[in-house]
Amino acid sequence: MSTDFEPRIIGFLCRWCSYNGADLAGTSRMKYLPNMVPIRTNCSGRVDPTHVLKALADGADGVLIAGCHPGDCHYINGNYRTAGRYPLMEKLLEQLGLEHGRVRLEWISAAEGDKFAKTVTEFTEQIRALGPLDWGKQFEAEEAKTA
Amino acid sequence: MSKPKLALYWAASCGGCEIAVLEIKEKILDVAAAFDIVFWPVALDFKYKDVETMADKSIDVCLFNGAIRNSENEYVAKLLRDKSKIMVAFGACATMGGIPGLANLSNREELFDLVYRDQPSLDNADGVRPQLKTEVAEGELGLPEIYDTVRTLDQTVDVDYYVPGCAPEAEQIWGVITAVIEALKTGVLPPKGAKLGVNPKTCCDECKKVKEEKKIKAFRRPWEFIPDPEKCLLEQGLICMGPATVAGCGARCTTANMPCRGCYGPPADVLDQGAKMLSTVASIIDAPTPEEIAEIAATVPDPVGTFYRFGLASSLLRRARI
Ligand code: FES
Repeated sequence: MSTDFEPRIIGFLCRWCSYNGADLAGTSRMKYLPNMVPIRTNCSGRVDPTHVLKALADGADGVLIAGCHPGDCHYINGNYRTAGRYPLMEKLLEQLGLEHGRVRLEWISAAEGDKFAKTVTEFTEQIRALGPLDWGKQFEAEEAKTA
Repeated sequence: MSKPKLALYWAASCGGCEIAVLEIKEKILDVAAAFDIVFWPVALDFKYKDVETMADKSIDVCLFNGAIRNSENEYVAKLLRDKSKIMVAFGACATMGGIPGLANLSNREELFDLVYRDQPSLDNADGVRPQLKTEVAEGELGLPEIYDTVRTLDQTVDVDYYVPGCAPEAEQIWGVITAVIEALKTGVLPPKGAKLGVNPKTCCDECKKVKEEKKIKAFRRPWEFIPDPEKCLLEQGLICMGPATVAGCGARCTTANMPCRGCYGPPADVLDQGAKMLSTVASIIDAPTPEEIAEIAATVPDPVGTFYRFGLASSLLRRARI
């Protein structure tokens, strides 16, 4: 694996907690790796598994979903849905041959700027160790041959 | 005026779609009266070379069933696309890969290992495997090449319309055929890319069972119990694909007390049927803590086979990693 692999990570952050946690990390000038592109969602429960699969299909190496701690969801139980979808999605991705750990779920509150920074750095390193996903690549050879 | 020309073809599929065409019963005579059938290998003795010699766009409508999983499927799909004005993906396999699409959990090598090496009942001491070309006394014999990835028809050629279902229901087929006859007469065609023979909304809409708030504490499988015929199957813990499946079949399966398996594919605007169903299933688990919810969710035994039974090849990820 090439050492200059820079993971591409998509982060779905709920606007009431985790996105504010990211803001806090920023305003507190905490340092963390720049590999994650944050996407603000209203709630972690709004993150449809479709979004995660589309990110992976379109070139992401990893996906982070972050929301309020259980009990703190602005919409009361949106994150309970996230909690149910996540293991099912993991199982599905495992059946499709993705390594465990390419998709990660974290509860990060608006006060946890440090947890946010630590999570992003840790997750980036974890994806770096797993290597590129490059999902579209496996179709190229056969499609070029038959085009 | 000469009659419009019709072609029917069968690629990687079980043959059920061909039978489904005959399910319209004596109306098949009306089809023969309305159309000039120029190619239908399962029923009439035409050869590929008959199609090869036709002028481009000389066939008015081609009903193509089956997925694309080898070079022959692909060749004929491209040939018929060139020769046909309207290309219809007919049935679940052509539309979304169907059951053959589940082969995308594996690849050609694994498939050949299983079939030609690892089958317990196999007698193949010499390890013979299919070859693309074989020399015999009479000359060279050829076989189509099997692909690693099963594809849908529209991942292979441009498709005008879709008639989903495993197999499409007879009334829907008849509806589509009469619509086509009408459209060819008037020249007013449905918008390109339309799913024909479906109804708006989902299978649940056509299902007569009583639906209440969906809250489930455990998933069950059809062989474990006899479900209450009056109540929503999903509410009884059976994974019924109804909420993520477009209406059109008349809810045949749930009427017979079997959960919907999703063969009609997703409703319009849904990108990935499996992802939607996964989302639905996880959202109705009734437990007090996220940990317990996660535990119950993880008991779904085969997410890919359940949520993508017919749609793996057309899903966002399309296959398991090679
Ligand atoms: S609002 Fe943050 S998880 Fe629902």
